[in-house]
Amino acid sequence: MLGLIGRKLVYLVPVLLAVTALTFLIAGLLPGDLAIAMLGDQATPENVAALHKKLGLDLPLWQQYLHWLGGVLGGDLGTSHRTGETVLHAIAGRLPVSLELLVMAELGGIALGVPLAILCAVRPGSPFDRAVSGVAFASLSVPPFMLAILLIFVFALRLGVLPATAYVPFSQDALGNLRAMALPGATLALLEWPGVMRVLRSDMISTLQEDYIAMARAKGLTARRILLVHALKPSSLTLITVVGVNIGRLIGGAVITEAIFALPGMGRLLVEAIYLRDFVVLQGGVLFVAVGFVLINFVVDLLYAALDPRIRHGRA
Amino acid sequence: MAALDAVETAAPARRRHGLGVVFWTAVLWLALVFALALLADLLPLADPARQALLARRVPPGAAHLLGTDALGRDILARVIYGARASLGIGLLAPLIATLIGATLGMLAGYFRGAIEILTIGATDVLLAFPPLVLALAIVAYLGQSVPNVIAVLAVLTVPAVTRVARAATLVLRERDFVTAAQALGASPARVLLREILPNVMLPLGAYFLLLVAVIIVAESILSFLGLGVPPPAPSWGSMIAEGRDSLDVAPHIAFIPAGIMFLTVLAFNLVGDTLRAITDPRHAP
Repeated sequence: MLGLIGRKLVYLVPVLLAVTALTFLIAGLLPGDLAIAMLGDQATPENVAALHKKLGLDLPLWQQYLHWLGGVLGGDLGTSHRTGETVLHAIAGRLPVSLELLVMAELGGIALGVPLAILCAVRPGSPFDRAVSGVAFASLSVPPFMLAILLIFVFALRLGVLPATAYVPFSQDALGNLRAMALPGATLALLEWPGVMRVLRSDMISTLQEDYIAMARAKGLTARRILLVHALKPSSLTLITVVGVNIGRLIGGAVITEAIFALPGMGRLLVEAIYLRDFVVLQGGVLFVAVGFVLINFVVDLLYAALDPRIRHGRA
Repeated sequence: MAALDAVETAAPARRRHGLGVVFWTAVLWLALVFALALLADLLPLADPARQALLARRVPPGAAHLLGTDALGRDILARVIYGARASLGIGLLAPLIATLIGATLGMLAGYFRGAIEILTIGATDVLLAFPPLVLALAIVAYLGQSVPNVIAVLAVLTVPAVTRVARAATLVLRERDFVTAAQALGASPARVLLREILPNVMLPLGAYFLLLVAVIIVAESILSFLGLGVPPPAPSWGSMIAEGRDSLDVAPHIAFIPAGIMFLTVLAFNLVGDTLRAITDPRHAP
């Protein structure tokens, strides 16, 4: 197990370095001059040159990168020239919204997907299984914005029971916050459950064909006990990976969902940075999200290994 | 883009005798959409860009089969011309991605070693970035045009294709016919082109159809956010985005393109998934 962690760590470092380099390049390639953006169109060439020197923009690209990387490693992601806010502060303000959305999406997706998967796996090919599997498959073809608009149409416009865009921070108005997050949370949960359901269903069907399940049946254990105790845990391995990847993805915020429901999350922060040409925020934000994704995947890999005895003992 | 992950881990479809009614219905729907998109100029359609301020938000009826939008433009014409953009981008981006990804994946899977580590490492790096943010940033930088949208979506799709091609190649290189070709003294290039490529093409072909579905959705998201097909050319995503403002009074403006797009994406997924189940290397004899 320790050897496995070591091998994964050795691989992690170059991947993270490449991520920082690519992030730096992407934001650096965006059009426009940071100094002109800061000083305005009326700036004299002398002032621009002076600011270039101050910001280090006159240095070769690789020196700029090393300088930036040094700051990043010291916990300094830079400061927005537009708002004067540090990028870390901006992320700290936006991340809770995305995390709340993430928790709602995963809990909702699991609450819906896991029971349905178990019920389907018990009798694969039954009318119930075919109906649920069919709906899950069809759900994979629904774009997120389509689902969001449909939910707004039904629950906000026709029934009028939930607001479409009325975000308030949880600390200000807990109930209002939950009501405002209900539709975006439901949008993401409805996009999550088909993946959860399909993966767990197919793993569970193969687990239920194992000899030890037949053994448990022969011992006279109840169907509920066999399903929930003997079959669920060994069938959950792929599910952990799927949920892990989704969590890593949602760290970056749900760009579309946040845009439609006017939520001030990470996705909005990044998209606004693109529209407003806020290079520093884009760079810092993308780096945060990408590194978060890599690290979460690293943890998921280890978790997977820790749970699967075949990998833990290096036999698979 | 999240659909990509779901597709990769999707459960194999049930084995049936024949391909089934659903499969052929999906093929028929795709044929219809393709035919309409290709023949759009020959059909007696209204001008998709012509505005009619006196005929705004007309519900579906005799004068306008699918109604008109908030500017009085004919929705049927816009949906059909929008299909051109969606299908054009939806086919070209995966095609480019498949050409690049298949080459990289086959080389990585066949030669292993440093090439494989570098290739897979590169896909890991690219996959770490939020794809939508990357696409938006690059389109904002390169400028909003159809070729740029195709290029961005193709680049973002390469890692997934590379992985599928590599996985298929890893299985194939251990098969007897490959060993036999190598024993007969075939060069690596010959083995790759004559033995591996024909067998990789089957799973990649099925995966291609699933990618078309993913890219049609991705393009619609870019258009929905205003960074896809540049206006005034119609695109399904921008039509839905425009319909959002009239959702209360004229829901058909958003829901008609949404429904047609859903059926098209679903059809590609159905056909792709059925073919994938047949050609899955894990199920090969």
